[in-house]
Amino acid sequence: MSSTLFRAAPALRGALRASAAPRVGAMASTSFVRNKATLPDLPYDYGALEPYISGRIMELHHSKHHQTYVNGLNSALEAIAEAEAKKDFAKAASLAPLLNFHGGGHLNHSLFWENLAPASREGGGEPDGALKKAIETDFGSFSSFRSQLNAALAGIQGSGWAWLAKDKTAGNLQIVTRANQDPVTGSLVPLLGIDAWEHAYYLQYENRKAEYFDAIWNVVNWKTVAKRFESS
Amino acid sequence: MVNLSTLWHYLALQNPLQAAGNLSSTGLTAQTLPPLPFAYDALEPHISAQIMELHHSKHHAAYVAGLNRALDAHVAAVAAGDVARQIELQRDIRFHGGGHINHSLFWKNLAPPGSREAKAPEEVAPRLVKAIERQWTSLQGFKEEFGRVALGIQGSGWGWLVKEEGSGRLRIVTTKDQDPVVGGDVPVLGVDMWEHAYYLQYLNGKAAYVENIWHVINWKTAEERFVGGIPDEKTEL
Ligand SMILES: [Fe+2]
Ligand SMILES: [Fe+2]
Repeated sequence: MSSTLFRAAPALRGALRASAAPRVGAMASTSFVRNKATLPDLPYDYGALEPYISGRIMELHHSKHHQTYVNGLNSALEAIAEAEAKKDFAKAASLAPLLNFHGGGHLNHSLFWENLAPASREGGGEPDGALKKAIETDFGSFSSFRSQLNAALAGIQGSGWAWLAKDKTAGNLQIVTRANQDPVTGSLVPLLGIDAWEHAYYLQYENRKAEYFDAIWNVVNWKTVAKRFESS
Repeated sequence: MVNLSTLWHYLALQNPLQAAGNLSSTGLTAQTLPPLPFAYDALEPHISAQIMELHHSKHHAAYVAGLNRALDAHVAAVAAGDVARQIELQRDIRFHGGGHINHSLFWKNLAPPGSREAKAPEEVAPRLVKAIERQWTSLQGFKEEFGRVALGIQGSGWGWLVKEEGSGRLRIVTTKDQDPVVGGDVPVLGVDMWEHAYYLQYLNGKAAYVENIWHVINWKTAEERFVGGIPDEKTEL
């Protein structure tokens, strides 16, 4: 996962992006981070998830919000590397919340784009095979799983995400929520994530978030979810 | 009217009530949505009428409804002696109660951009402005610092100027989600940093929202809170 998220781009590329008129030599020599995170391309057009998620939402969400997490992650990494180089470990540690927030935002959104697909292509429907069986074992039925995930989304008090995750230790599937951009980590492997931040739906659904939580099932890419399940 | 201090005290009691059932059986009345002190379009062009209408009539109304629902359920759980359920409901009461308190405070610390309350802080809030200048050198310096702190919120929350209990010092603080300012600190003014507060107009440009909010801050209300202490909205809804 991390290898695709942190492409080994030359430090220079990130530096060039970060500044309007960089002095190439100077930027390269002051950069402490070699592998910059970059914004991944969406695997479909901005308008491809309509009418369930508007093209306007997708464009802002990907090109502005996700980009901001990528930028924030790179500056946090840079600042941490700089503090480490100076052996200022207290400073490095104090940057951990920023790293968690922007790094989590980058990871979560990267997973999110991939677990969505146009309804006219892989989006919607129900999982099959081993994933279907596991969902039925752990949640009773697909429809019960769906309503449990929707209930988890509705119960988020603030910004956050709800996930279908596989617990590698217990071997079962679980629904978990995370506040803000906290990533799913540890023994939990994220399979399917739904962004419950207001920016994910507000332009189209306003305060009616339950409608967004219902609509998004039409664009869930079960193939991606199954692939994550099988390789976890 | 519900006195929230009484309410918190009531919630702290784990004894089953004699009367079964609902909120009114406890002598507490249901909360209602307070009217906005101005029209929905009164804060244009800085906050659009569409935002204000949704924010007040839908979002704030949902916190009021959620609080009433949670209180009702809590009374029923107390009557049934179901302690686990009572503990579970604390989270909802805090969230919806906080949402109700925070928005009630927020509406009153906003005013139309042409009004004296918004345009002339030195005239309507002489003591507060002086205290702000003592602490941040200038009103502008304070606004910049407030913006910096509020923009640092990672997720949903509120930015507040509070008057600290005891010392009386001014401080800029943030609370997450719908956590209210608690204890003896006085919320002098609050700014809603949830995305629903600005998204329809400012989209991802939340820095512009925080800059423009100063055109519609009701400094008279802020002065009253600063001088008078804890406002009714914080305890008496
Ligand atoms: Fe998002
Ligand atoms: Fe709000």
